[in-house]
Amino acid sequence: MKHLFFCFILLSSQLCVGAEYISEQDFISQSFTNSPTMKSIWLKGDRQEVAKEMLGHRYPALRLRYWMDGTKSAWIMNEIGKEKPITIGVTIEGDKIERVSILAYRESRGGEIRHPFFTEQFVGAGLKPNADLANPVDGIAGATLSVRAVTNISRFALYLSESTASEFAIGQVSH
Amino acid sequence: MVQMQSQKIEQLENQLTESQNRLAEAQQRLNTATDAHAISIENQSVIAATRQELEATIESVELAMQEDNTANRNTTLGGYGELHYNNLDKGSAIDFHRYVLFLNHQFADNLNFYSELEVEHSIAGEGKVGEVELEQAFVQWDYSQSHNFKFGLFLIPLGILNETHEPDTFYGVERNTVEKNIIPATWWEGGFGFNGELAPGWGYDLAFHSGLNLDADNTSASKRSSIRSARQKVGKANAENFAATARVSFSGYPGLRVSAAFQRQSDLTQDDDDDVGVSGIGANLYEFDVQFQRNMFAFRALYAKWDIDSGINQLNEGADEQVGWYLEPSVKLNPKLGFFARYGSYDLLASNSASASEKKQFDIGLNYWIHPRVVVKMDYQQQDNENGTDNDGFNIGMGYSF
Repeated sequence: MKHLFFCFILLSSQLCVGAEYISEQDFISQSFTNSPTMKSIWLKGDRQEVAKEMLGHRYPALRLRYWMDGTKSAWIMNEIGKEKPITIGVTIEGDKIERVSILAYRESRGGEIRHPFFTEQFVGAGLKPNADLANPVDGIAGATLSVRAVTNISRFALYLSESTASEFAIGQVSH
Repeated sequence: MVQMQSQKIEQLENQLTESQNRLAEAQQRLNTATDAHAISIENQSVIAATRQELEATIESVELAMQEDNTANRNTTLGGYGELHYNNLDKGSAIDFHRYVLFLNHQFADNLNFYSELEVEHSIAGEGKVGEVELEQAFVQWDYSQSHNFKFGLFLIPLGILNETHEPDTFYGVERNTVEKNIIPATWWEGGFGFNGELAPGWGYDLAFHSGLNLDADNTSASKRSSIRSARQKVGKANAENFAATARVSFSGYPGLRVSAAFQRQSDLTQDDDDDVGVSGIGANLYEFDVQFQRNMFAFRALYAKWDIDSGINQLNEGADEQVGWYLEPSVKLNPKLGFFARYGSYDLLASNSASASEKKQFDIGLNYWIHPRVVVKMDYQQQDNENGTDNDGFNIGMGYSF
């Protein structure tokens, strides 16, 4: 029994360590074929009001970095599921989601949201006039709050992408 | 000749003066340009310094905003609660059924403490109706990305409600009677366990923990054989005999979760803890549940069965088989309003056909979420008991979690 216990730990620990599934750099490089430009957007005025509507709270930052190449943009944000922030990456082409990735998950339960069977539901989703996602997203039992966090960040990224399309973003830096 | 030389000298002197004047002007212009350049350089360095100071200020403000966010603190507080009004055949009651506080602490990125402290029925103490209970207090070590080890006092990984029971996550004012009496939720024990993911969508739990202890000398036969009453709640619990629980679940398809669990109790009497002359009653629990959600529709189903050594029949005839199940379809018209129906049955003396112990219950009702984590509930229940003690009526409740 004792040997079985230690074998189990050793075998399991070989798989991988840490809560980060994809690095920020890998997410950006996988999202673009060309090298994108890194920009930042001020989260002020209406944007924080929209954050309160979509996320239920102000986004805890003054600015947000994002990456852009042509009509494609990529956003990385943190949002709390139950207790801990989930790091979520959203790539948007035009006004539709091209990809959603979970970069890091820190909650004790609900890590299934990182798998493609869940994140692929967001592909092609845009924003409806009432600010809901156009695609229905089926949840995961026992991970309701994490599912809600990913859905809300996807909506907010779509809004920010649309918001920046017609406005000047400050602080351009080459990626 | 001399006059010509004088004129030439005068002409050269004029030219020299003119050149000197031009040189002075040029020098003056040069000096002005140099000053401007110097000012420009100085301005640029001031602008650069100001930018650095501004950046540092913004970063400090953003850091303060992030630190102000409770999720980034090492110690976090949460909780849930629910107030119930029951108007049933057996009487009416209003009850702040549960007031729960979660206190969690992160020692390191992969080492966390979780706890849940509950006041049940609002008031506790000698002769009072309620209790103060420690329902969770364990440390979880995430020793790899997909696997965790925990030790302490934790919820048994069984059923749908036992681990996830915040009122905004389920339909019905009261928790369903099948999981309450058969699982029996909420159920916690002390010990250690593993959980994690075997493959994408495939989860497992394996726990070794303290066991049940039947109240074998109780004057009530139903209490003597009651699994729910056998929970020791890890309060100076008899630990002569332990138990183990294993569960496998699949959630690799959007909206679907299927779980199968097995538990082994080595002796429900804890070596005849109550000195009634009955001991060595082993027991197995088999449990299976499904949760499925597609768009606005959802469905839950659960089946659980205790297969207990026949020695328990000396305490209460027919108790060696205790079984229950329910089906619960629901529809959520929008994010705020959902309706459900539930039909189920449980029998704590299932192997005794003459016991008239089966209880069937039909519920229908609605949840209205004022906020995603604040809910108002109403339902009507029709309880059809084989022994004729039906208990029909309606329930109204509110609940929250944070």
